[in-house]
Amino acid sequence: MVYQKNKIGSLLSVFMLTTMTVASSQAVADNGTESVFAGGSFMVTQVNAANTFNVNLKKVKDPNAAPPDDGIHDPENPATHVLQPPKDAYIGLPTTEFGNHIDWVKAIDDGLLKPRWERTDPTAEPFVLDLDIVRPVKASVPDVVFPHRQHTEWLSCSNCHPAIFVPQKGANQISMSAILLGQKCGVCHGKVSFPITTKSCRKCHSKPKPAGWKPPLSEATLKNPWK
Amino acid sequence: MISNAGRRLTGRTALFGMVVWLFAVVAPTPAQAEYADIVINNYADAAGMRPVVFPHWFHRIRFRCKVCHADLGFKFKAGGNAITMAKIIDGEFCGACHNGEVSWSVENCDMCHSGIPGTPTHFHGSTVQRLIAPPFKGVDQSKQTQ
Ligand code: HEC
Ligand code: HEC
Ligand code: HEC
Ligand code: HEC
Ligand code: HEC
Ligand code: HEC
Repeated sequence: MVYQKNKIGSLLSVFMLTTMTVASSQAVADNGTESVFAGGSFMVTQVNAANTFNVNLKKVKDPNAAPPDDGIHDPENPATHVLQPPKDAYIGLPTTEFGNHIDWVKAIDDGLLKPRWERTDPTAEPFVLDLDIVRPVKASVPDVVFPHRQHTEWLSCSNCHPAIFVPQKGANQISMSAILLGQKCGVCHGKVSFPITTKSCRKCHSKPKPAGWKPPLSEATLKNPWK
Repeated sequence: MISNAGRRLTGRTALFGMVVWLFAVVAPTPAQAEYADIVINNYADAAGMRPVVFPHWFHRIRFRCKVCHADLGFKFKAGGNAITMAKIIDGEFCGACHNGEVSWSVENCDMCHSGIPGTPTHFHGSTVQRLIAPPFKGVDQSKQTQ
């Protein structure tokens, strides 16, 4: 039996184990410790802590934490407790699985939010341009459709043209690595507008590939075909 | 029908376990702030003020991006606007609204200066921050062997 006092994880699981064995004869804790209660002998196997799950997977427990519990606001500051918790403001808004967990586009389309277009004039309307730009993608993921409509609901032309994008179809070189480095679409996506994550890929990659499309073969494979 | 080994474990480890449980409950929570919150701390700490926390989610419910990023001239860069109190009381940046007319006025120092002291200027929850390793850079085609 291996029993390490210094490992919080193993202590925790041993504790869970001691409570659980009362009720059942087998308990499995999520860090790999397993106890088997068989034939009157009691055994604890301890998998090396390096071989557990979630070594690099980090999950946020509460994505819409209230200011005093969010880890960046100082709970010692009395005003922190006056600030609005995001969850109060989000009641009734359409949800997503990433970013603020709010679908901001749908919220204004459905008339559930009406953010001002001018600082002091609540009646001013945005200048909306309904123009989709399709960007074919070399890889197997669906092609990218850049919709001007949703962007011009929030932004002015000068926020993108010409500093981030030359206003000409195909004139801008865009790649996923540039986006992840915070350039091109990544100036906003991944910072304030919806982030880049498995669940959001299809928001941008939304146009299915033409029928019969196959990914191009690498030169290395063309030269040395796989036998 | 618990064996001896099992019983010896129980007494000692239940105590350890309870301490661990307690610790897990009261330990400070790691940062999990709302997506797009920005801590601005170019000068605040040095002047003995808490860093500023700017909540994008709260403001975008009320204003389109265009109001701040086109009309008021906020550049798309956390900490990149060199905001100071002198500019704010002259009606620039936050001062365009936090003037007692569009929104509450600047004397409410701690409403803005609400960050944990020592927090550096950063964007909360950005895709880059959440990557496990530095961002993906692709392959330099010119350096590829054939
Ligand atoms: C969020 C950023 C963004 C905003 C805001 C934006 N655009 Fe664009 N615009 C783009 C992108 C991206 C392209 C495609 C460039 C490419 O394919 O290389 C584009 C392309 C264009 C083109 C070229 C179309 C073509 O067929 O060649 C025009 C014209 C244009 N935009 C006008 C506007 C106008 C007018 C506004 C304001 C009403 C505006 N854009 C707002 C990002 C933006
Ligand atoms: C200047 C900031 C900015 C840039 C640059 C930008 N976006 Fe956006 N984008 C937004 C905002 C704001 C929204 C509104 C939704 C949100 O905030 O999540 C949006 C929404 C979208 C949507 C609509 C999602 C929906 O629910 O309908 C798509 C698709 C999109 N962006 C793709 C792109 C692509 C592709 C690029 C690069 C060619 C790009 N964006 C560049 C700010 C930007
Ligand atoms: C904000 C919009 C946006 C999101 C979100 C997004 N992409 Fe992209 N992606 C693009 C654009 C724009 C291109 C470049 C298309 C082109 O060649 O013009 C691209 C290109 C690619 C390519 C081709 C290789 C390259 O770097 O050009 C792959 C593969 C890809 N994306 C995968 C993904 C995956 C996987 C996700 C989800 C984790 C994702 N993308 C999310 C906009 C986006
Ligand atoms: C509307 C929000 C807001 C309010 C209210 C506010 N500040 Fe600031 N303050 C800022 C921002 C933003 C900065 C720039 C932070 C930085 O980069 O470190 C700043 C910076 C400062 C700085 C350092 C830079 C400088 O100008 O010397 C001091 C000191 C300061 N504030 C004091 C105060 C005091 C005292 C009050 C109350 C009378 C106050 N602030 C109210 C937003 C605010
Ligand atoms: C009430 C004003 C306000 C509104 C509305 C607003 N922002 Fe911001 N934004 C700011 C401030 C303040 C900063 C930080 C500037 C600084 O630290 O100097 C910022 C920073 C940013 C950055 C910089 C990120 C980086 O790279 O560091 C991006 C991108 C951004 N905003 C996008 C948006 C988008 C998209 C919208 C609309 C959905 C929006 N903002 C709405 C005030 C605003
Ligand atoms: C375009 C106008 C505008 C600008 C610019 C602006 N704010 Fe605000 N802000 C508002 C309004 C409106 C409210 C809501 C006031 C109310 O409670 O009625 C608000 C509220 C806030 C709140 C309180 C949020 C809560 O939970 O109640 C904070 C903190 C704040 N602003 C910080 C800032 C900082 C820091 C800046 C500058 C970096 C800034 N604001 C710039 C309009 C603005």
